[in-house]
Amino acid sequence: MKDRFKKINISEFGSLIALIALIVGISLLSKNFATVGNFLSLLRQSSINGLIAFGMTLVILTGGIDLSVGSILAFTTAIAAKLILMGVTSPLAILISLLLGAIFGFITGFIITKGRIQPFIATLISMTVFRGLTLIFSNGKPISGVTRGEDFSAAFLTAIGKGTILGVPTPVWILIIVFIVLYFLLSNTTYGRKIYSTGSNEKAASLAGINTVRTKMSVYAISGFMSALAGIILLSRLGSAQPTLGSGYELDAIAAGALGGISLSGGRGKITGTLIGVLIIAVLNNGLNIIGVSSYYQDVIKGIVILIAVLSDKER
Amino acid sequence: MKVEMKNISKAFFKNQVLDGVDLVIDDATVLALCGENGAGKSTLMKILTGMISKDEGTILIDGIEKNYSHLKEAEKDGLIFIHQELNVIPDMTVEENIFLGKEINKGGILDKKTMRKETAELMERLGVDIDPGATMSKLSVGKQQMVEIAKALHNDVKVLIMDEPTSALTISETQTLFRIIASLKKQGVSIIYISHRMEEIFEICDKVTVLRDGKCIATNNVSDVTVDDVVRMMIGREIGDRYPKRNSHFGETIFEVKHLSSAPYVRDVSFNLREGEILGIAGLMGAGRSETMHTIFGSIKKDEGEIDIEGQTVHIRNPIEAKKHGIAFITEDRKNEGLLLPFSIKFNISVANLKKLSNKLGVLDKNKEKKMTEGAIKDFSIKCSDESQHVESLSGGNQQKVVFAKWVTTDPKILILDEPTRGVDVGAKKEIYDIMNDLTKEGVSIIMISSELPEIIGMSDRVVVLHEGKSVGIVEGSDINEEKIMNLATRGV
Ligand SMILES: Nc1ncnc2c1ncn2[C@@H]1O[C@H](COP(=O)(O)OP(=O)(O)OP(=O)(O)O)[C@@H](O)[C@H]1O
Ligand SMILES: [Mg+2]
Repeated sequence: MKDRFKKINISEFGSLIALIALIVGISLLSKNFATVGNFLSLLRQSSINGLIAFGMTLVILTGGIDLSVGSILAFTTAIAAKLILMGVTSPLAILISLLLGAIFGFITGFIITKGRIQPFIATLISMTVFRGLTLIFSNGKPISGVTRGEDFSAAFLTAIGKGTILGVPTPVWILIIVFIVLYFLLSNTTYGRKIYSTGSNEKAASLAGINTVRTKMSVYAISGFMSALAGIILLSRLGSAQPTLGSGYELDAIAAGALGGISLSGGRGKITGTLIGVLIIAVLNNGLNIIGVSSYYQDVIKGIVILIAVLSDKER
Repeated sequence: MKVEMKNISKAFFKNQVLDGVDLVIDDATVLALCGENGAGKSTLMKILTGMISKDEGTILIDGIEKNYSHLKEAEKDGLIFIHQELNVIPDMTVEENIFLGKEINKGGILDKKTMRKETAELMERLGVDIDPGATMSKLSVGKQQMVEIAKALHNDVKVLIMDEPTSALTISETQTLFRIIASLKKQGVSIIYISHRMEEIFEICDKVTVLRDGKCIATNNVSDVTVDDVVRMMIGREIGDRYPKRNSHFGETIFEVKHLSSAPYVRDVSFNLREGEILGIAGLMGAGRSETMHTIFGSIKKDEGEIDIEGQTVHIRNPIEAKKHGIAFITEDRKNEGLLLPFSIKFNISVANLKKLSNKLGVLDKNKEKKMTEGAIKDFSIKCSDESQHVESLSGGNQQKVVFAKWVTTDPKILILDEPTRGVDVGAKKEIYDIMNDLTKEGVSIIMISSELPEIIGMSDRVVVLHEGKSVGIVEGSDINEEKIMNLATRGV
């Protein structure tokens, strides 16, 4: 038991306290905040950023960064929407879009490792290109009407974003499952070790016989997959795919990681930290709305909270 | 300057590293600080120079109490500390490293010409051939070390602390360093010299202080004691012979390198290795010893040449393939190539053993991992609190043992060692030699690069000598002696 306690990282501990303090603070300011209903919707809202942030975390742990998440989300979502309108049943369309997300991410990873291009630059390029492709693909117009209809296909898609299982929204279940899988992956598998060692000291890792190139390519593929998955939830909730969907999402995802103590230089941090970071951002977004802070001020407050969290993280 | 440290104590968490240590050094003296790995030598010097705080005790510099809270303050008083681990910025040039934070400038504009000139002068004074404009990461570890020494000399030094300065130097560079130490001593500089090499201590030091388990055992005049006395004080017992007895039964040739080349350092290297043999690789710095091994291991691209394992020609393009062929490589630069410093001993050892420690799906067996690490800690007598201690907080010698453990646990057929006992104390050296000996008995074949000739002579069954990237001779049996090897290595230069 005591051993367990020792394992809690101090920085994670700091962000956990920040999260609790925020929840308590906002609850005191408004009694509409701390209700079961609001918490469930808050969690549902956090699932989009959560999934993207999880993928981003793997990338950051290898010492990289992925700016292309929002664009990949938009492109894969547009493709899924078009497929559904063309009559493809939604489970298949979803599968295709997830696969494409992974492939797009993989392409970015390929450019980074084989072309030896800095991740920041390479993903900036793919961010621009995929956004452009989305606009071409959709003619710059939203693709809507995907959840209309009475058949199984429409019902399935609707259930992903709007349904509940045991009273808990489906997107929250997805988030939880992905979290558990990634948690296990990072702490209990060889793949996790490869990610950490690549990010900590690529040279030493590669001399130890680790395929750092493959490791790096794979995390971008996972990040692309996560973006596509988040896109599907959005598509289900909105019923349409906007070509501008997901722009700026990379910033919230990176912020969540930073809040949770993921070191941007790679090799350090835990996915639990990212989860806490995601929740802090969700509580802020939701709470500030509820207590009626104008949206202009919201961003400023969010920025300040991130600054405080990152500074206190340095204290160790 | 006279330095007095009185009753110094320091604990990291519950680990009492220093326990009431006294240390005195007078003007114009060279004091050797000896002790096993983890005895607390580096910690004591870090306390002296304000890098870490002490729990108890006083420090007097020329009779005045000082409590430095930062290395910079100590430097202002002329206390210069050359660290055990290199502290250079790899992407900067030699000159930029030397002038780091002290750049000569006029109103913020760098005076590059003067800095370059001064750097060149320093290098000349040291008698080494290093281009001031060269990027640090392109230099060998030994040359980087010389740059660190040059940096110290560039300051107005009154007390010079050197933590294992020669561990990466060649014989001739070591001699140069000794000349510099002698001349500094004449100028009245006090020098604290930490080394695991007894020969050096007896060559240049006046006094010797021995630490054991965080306590000061004794301070003696070097002329009053013998090597055996010092070793006994260090480890509290006799170690017997320094090298184990080698048996001379070898199997078939298991590994052969033919006309290997990789521009510009490796030009034509050929040798073979028999099963159960220890093959020493000797040569001066720049002879291409490490580069040859990197080429074999696939971490440097091969231009030409053939590598045979068990009679079969193999193509090794990267370390992953080398590992598959049963080759393990302990590189010389443990900080950059051998270890993941912010991770635990366990993590570091398992990183090279992921396959063995996991099932088909890649899920780690954490019990197995823990057991393997605990076994390694015991086999290699790694001094640590437990297997989850981060390697960055281990003493230098114990870090080296972790690297060793990491590779030996992969059960290699061919083990390449590049300076395997660098920074390792006498007792632990013996342990490593014994491990090497045992491994060869089990049929492992070892290639060992070493700049310590006694080690090459004491351990090798045959010695390949490299000179400017070419293998220029192989000596064996009674021909393995200093004269023969140095003759080949210098080729009469
Ligand atoms: N920051 C730290 N946190 C925890 N333990 C530490 C830290 N620094 C040093 N130690 C421990 O203190 C002990 C003494 O270390 P130190 O580096 O002083 O040894 P040393 O005598 O210089 O050994 P070596 O010859 O191997 O360099 C070691 O057991 C080491 O693990
Ligand atoms: Mg030390």
